[in-house]
Amino acid sequence: MATSIMIVGVGGQGSLLASKLLGNILTAEGYDVKVSEVHGMSQRGGSVVTYVKYDDNKVYSPIVTEGEADYIISFEKLEAARYASYLKKDGKVIVNVQEIDPMPVIIGAAEYPSDVLDELKSKGVFVDELDALTIAEQAGSSKAVNIVLMGRLAKYLGIGYDEWISAIENTVKPKFVELNKKAFELGYTYSK
Amino acid sequence: MKKLMIGNEAVSRGLYEGGVNIVSSYPGTPSTEITEFISKYDDVYSEWAPNEKVAMEVAFGASLSGKRSACCMKHVGLNVAADPLFTLSYTGVTGGMVVCVADDPAMHSSQNEQDSRHYAIAAKVPMLEPADSSEAYSFAKGAFALSEKFDTPVLFRMCTRMAHSQSIVEIGEREDFEGIAYEKKPWKYIMAPANAIKRHPFVEERTQKLTELAENCEYNRVEMSDTKLGIITAGTCYQYIKEVFGDSVSILKIGMINPLPVKMIKDFAAKVDRLVVVEELDPIIETHCNNIGVKVEGKSLFSNMGEFSQQTIREVLLGEKPETVKADSEVPVRPPVMCSGCPHRGMYYTLAKNKITVLGDIGCYTLGSAPPLNALDSTLCMGASVSGLHGFNKGAGNEKKTVCVIGDSTFMHSGVTGLINISYNMSNSTVIILDNSITGMTGHQQNPTTGYNIKGDPAGKIDLEALCHSIGINRVRVVDPYDLDECDKALKEELAAEEPSVIISRRPCVLLKYVKHEKPLRVDPEKCRACKRCMKLGCPSISFKDGKAVIDQTQCVGCNVCSQLCPFDAIGREEE
Repeated sequence: MATSIMIVGVGGQGSLLASKLLGNILTAEGYDVKVSEVHGMSQRGGSVVTYVKYDDNKVYSPIVTEGEADYIISFEKLEAARYASYLKKDGKVIVNVQEIDPMPVIIGAAEYPSDVLDELKSKGVFVDELDALTIAEQAGSSKAVNIVLMGRLAKYLGIGYDEWISAIENTVKPKFVELNKKAFELGYTYSK
Repeated sequence: MKKLMIGNEAVSRGLYEGGVNIVSSYPGTPSTEITEFISKYDDVYSEWAPNEKVAMEVAFGASLSGKRSACCMKHVGLNVAADPLFTLSYTGVTGGMVVCVADDPAMHSSQNEQDSRHYAIAAKVPMLEPADSSEAYSFAKGAFALSEKFDTPVLFRMCTRMAHSQSIVEIGEREDFEGIAYEKKPWKYIMAPANAIKRHPFVEERTQKLTELAENCEYNRVEMSDTKLGIITAGTCYQYIKEVFGDSVSILKIGMINPLPVKMIKDFAAKVDRLVVVEELDPIIETHCNNIGVKVEGKSLFSNMGEFSQQTIREVLLGEKPETVKADSEVPVRPPVMCSGCPHRGMYYTLAKNKITVLGDIGCYTLGSAPPLNALDSTLCMGASVSGLHGFNKGAGNEKKTVCVIGDSTFMHSGVTGLINISYNMSNSTVIILDNSITGMTGHQQNPTTGYNIKGDPAGKIDLEALCHSIGINRVRVVDPYDLDECDKALKEELAAEEPSVIISRRPCVLLKYVKHEKPLRVDPEKCRACKRCMKLGCPSISFKDGKAVIDQTQCVGCNVCSQLCPFDAIGREEE
């Protein structure tokens, strides 16, 4: 059975780069890999989701459906709750606790439910939360939230640190390599 | 060499290795990246055409000249290009010609979810449909030989999941195509009745020959296993079936959607106890089975709307539902929005404030229909805002409370013909061109008004003002949508004028790399009186916290539109 990872967040947060990095490292590790992205609306502040699946055997479907995800990497708090139904029984949620108001909240048509992570935890969901925005800023750019979260994910996947670093070198533009390596390290070594 | 590729990159690589010489396309999600990847190959001529009809006719001309050509578009783009397609079926090709069309089941980024397979049947041309990037690559590479052998354009169908899913492709080398020397063949290429009447029997014979091919070809295959359940499927649905059943059911996997095999399906049907067709959207394969007398279950089980997944298959064929967990709180929706600093916002605010009826068009600016702006009254198809406005004004009389909005790329695509009609048939209409100097929604493609070609090199530049003047519009004015007073003045004056007019609302897309962002604005909480006037813009940077407006410092680009609305002078920039 393939390992299923979902990367969810708000359009413009850099989920495409995260999935590209993940796809590259998993391919380099010799797995069969499928990655499914959504383009078009992705830069427009909407809810975005990317699926990454890998296995020693052949991976068929490129998408992840409800009850299947081993990991949900959420770039924003509300989005973790939006896709929680995709989580497998013993799946893990890694979440950046940043809150970004969606338009219905901005215009006062809805409230931002700030307690969603506690609600999930009370139902036995494993939630690993971190302030990836602050960590990214420490690394040098608020845009590096994506790689901070990849660093956090790396704790669970069992692929060596050095392999990740070389995947970063092969994936991001040369002038951003140092920033992203730092962001990865801070995500990887983060402890509460 | 093994490479992880999205389906669109794989198509592009296949076309490249198959020797494509010329590619002309119009961008449209989910097809855009095919041509973007092609543009990176220096030994292929590629271009963005003004619309899909032009693109297909360019590909036709290139084929006529003896070269291998392709054009790429989204499903609704094929409607625009349908006219040349249907007669290209009669003329056939000289150099091979491939038409890539990408459907969008579930409408991730489209105005309808039409099924392009109908076009293959209606135009009587072969259609291929891959099921992963590896097939997208190999099918595309071989499509030119198929096109030349059977003297036909080849339709190449993708869908969103195929186009934007990455899987591993083993790529090869380009086989250069020298071209075929041009020879005048009026009997084949002048489709006047006397010639066309002789080409139609050729088309019917070709379909016969292609059906024979379909019975035994690389595109269609049978995977026999347990015979209690047999499934006929194609494209991405094949992956969902395999995910659920592995090797435990028998599968007839179709890669050539048109024409479909007859004997192959009958033989497969005879071997299995229960036969089910799994296909997204319309019952194309199912109808074919019915036509050839094969009993199948299909749309009696599965929806003809939206996308499928392995979950769909499990629910329908196994009756299984997943165990899930969810948060107790209601999770508010997060629709896509116009970006912070989007130049369309100022004009939309002006239109909404003046309670104008607005016929809209296709592009990022469709997002102006959402609350709080609610600025649009209609969105139909590319160019329909301009032609529709003329009809609306003829129908409703000249109350002059109605305008249309259309982007620069969409205006070039098919808005200009509507403006010609306004000028010729004299309606007192005001057309607003939202000129953000790029094709925005599909991810920043150049167009005839930008002055650059697909490779980013300087190119011909259409002057919108001069174009509108030459059509016969005397009143053409340019406004900066960041200046609300100017927008308001222009709108009122043009609506009051007794002749047609064009307002060009011009400012480049805020996401363009060359656009410099200003320092973010801040709300002075001392001055903010919570009137929420700034919130009427629907700017994602502005929210309301603890009874005061707050501006997100990471998102704000300092466009200053909100500060023009604040009656208390609470919004400003901190001086250094």
